[in-house]
Amino acid sequence: MSELKNLIELRNISMSFDGETVLDDLNLSIKDGEFVTFLGASGCGKTTTLRIIAGFIDPIQGDVFFDGERINGVPPHKRNVNTIFQRYALFPHLNVYENVAFGLRVAKVPKEELHERVMEMIAMVNLKGLEHRKVDKLSGGQQQRVAIARAIVNRPKVLLLDEPLAALDYKLRKDMQNELKRIQRQLGITFIFVTHDQEEALSMSDTVVVMNEGKIQQIGSPTDIYNEPINAFVADFIGESNIIAGTMVRDYLVRMDGRNFTCLDHGFGENEPVDVVIRPEDVDIVPLDRGMLEGEVTSVIFKGVHYEMIIDVCGFKWMVQTTDVQEVGDKVGLYIEPDAIHIMKKSKYSDMFGDYSTYSDEMEEALAGEEEEEQA
Amino acid sequence: MKHVNRLIMALVYIFLYAPLLVMVIFSFSGGNHTSVFQVVEGRPFYYWYEQLFREGNPLLRCLWNSIQLGIVSALIATVLGTVAAVGIYRMKNRRLSSSMMMVNNIPMMNPEIVTGVSMMLLFMFVGVMLGVSGEKTNFWTLLIAHVTFSTPYVLLNVLPKLRQTDPHLLEAAQDLGCTPTKAFFKVVIPQIRPGIVAGFLMAFTLSFDDFVISYYTTGSSFKTLPVYIYNMVRKPVTPEIYALYSIILAGILVLLIVYNVVSAKTPAAGKKR
Repeated sequence: MSELKNLIELRNISMSFDGETVLDDLNLSIKDGEFVTFLGASGCGKTTTLRIIAGFIDPIQGDVFFDGERINGVPPHKRNVNTIFQRYALFPHLNVYENVAFGLRVAKVPKEELHERVMEMIAMVNLKGLEHRKVDKLSGGQQQRVAIARAIVNRPKVLLLDEPLAALDYKLRKDMQNELKRIQRQLGITFIFVTHDQEEALSMSDTVVVMNEGKIQQIGSPTDIYNEPINAFVADFIGESNIIAGTMVRDYLVRMDGRNFTCLDHGFGENEPVDVVIRPEDVDIVPLDRGMLEGEVTSVIFKGVHYEMIIDVCGFKWMVQTTDVQEVGDKVGLYIEPDAIHIMKKSKYSDMFGDYSTYSDEMEEALAGEEEEEQA
Repeated sequence: MKHVNRLIMALVYIFLYAPLLVMVIFSFSGGNHTSVFQVVEGRPFYYWYEQLFREGNPLLRCLWNSIQLGIVSALIATVLGTVAAVGIYRMKNRRLSSSMMMVNNIPMMNPEIVTGVSMMLLFMFVGVMLGVSGEKTNFWTLLIAHVTFSTPYVLLNVLPKLRQTDPHLLEAAQDLGCTPTKAFFKVVIPQIRPGIVAGFLMAFTLSFDDFVISYYTTGSSFKTLPVYIYNMVRKPVTPEIYALYSIILAGILVLLIVYNVVSAKTPAAGKKR
């Protein structure tokens, strides 16, 4: 992918609404044909970034480059990008065919070519036979397909997708994820996808851009992001993580909970304080005498493919996912392989995430009770 | 209880429709008397209809005047009202937009006589300044007055429709290659069309119906039907006007039926969103 040119470049983009900073000095380049996902909680600036690329808003600072040309101030209708909106924004007064044909009619494409391209698209998104249906008579999934067809029939260089699957139910969302991926491979166009669903981001993208508070936290492939999160925020946002404060004794050796662990990380200063990330599925439950750490099971939840347990180790609550069932109150040993340990530099997000001490049914009930009292 | 309900219902309908029915019946009276039904020898039952459609009847001329004025003023008011609604809809400043709505609503609550008299003063003042006689230009003074009082009603019909439309539709159209203006005409106008049509019909009805404001802003060269009939009442009136009003009533009935049939045929278009 490295030999491909940068199709979109954002340089030092800042944006604010009513004095509130939404994007803070954002830098990003997107390659031709890439499937990029902006991932973050609502309000992190991901949709704003998308709208800047689409041309609906202009950044107060910074430059947007498209194919090497600066496109700040170029209106949306002159940009070679198309958008799929969150609620689809289909034209209610037009039927399926006319919705899909809209862009081509505006571009004055000759009649025969228009018909051919529209029908090809309708077939591609499996809506054959529904051409003359009113769009408000379609199901959510079908409306989604019309929105996809309406955008890509124009053969844009970049397709922008603003949480397009958020309104669909779980099963349909899975199907549409596969379908979008198939369409992207088939057409080879760049997809920029906005979502708050980390599973969606990991399973679809070539590159994931994790955003928070208007800043990019990490850019990388899904496996990089998951296995080597850069800070506690990313580690916590992508999947579940136990994040323990530790000290890097020297290269390949980290100290936490009063014990030294061999790891694969190096390049930190001697005795540098660090954050240690251990994924819940990487912790093995072993008999007490073989464990590296000892703990007491405080909660067990059945999740289908595995059990999710909270284990209290010297006051720090670990989350462990395992298929071996244990009872609440059991004393167990924890065993951690060296390659299960990931070391991160300290950041402003240290100590904010990664402890599951607030994670219990009792706690949730207590919190719910408080809320009810407040409302009453 | 049930009987009382029905009785009240019947009374309401009688009071609403009996006068109209009586008027229609009296339009077929043969005599010149307006309150006694007469059969006069040599005059057919449609005598007053015949009289109404005689060559050069001022009633017909005034009816035509009223229709012309109604259509022209409603068209102008519809355009102005729609443009104003879009302007207010797009205002980012809440306080400004709500004060604009206030400005819009005042003329509707203002007593017609106040509007009429103040309009008359304005036209006299401007007329004197320009040296134009009001007698010659009263189509224009009427037109200005009618546009003025019907525009707020158009705005009131269009604005809710605008607020109902998905703001992303405009962006979607631009995204697909439309300039902002083209996007507005291709996507927003179809969404708010029911409001525009309703606004136009309301503006026409208000103009056609108006007496008080017209009375103060009219002159001798262009008279609307209500003003002419008011002046007629002081002279002997014949059942001719019953015939005229019966025709207008029939016209409105036909329009209502057509409107209902058309809107029944497209149930999903306007209601479901």
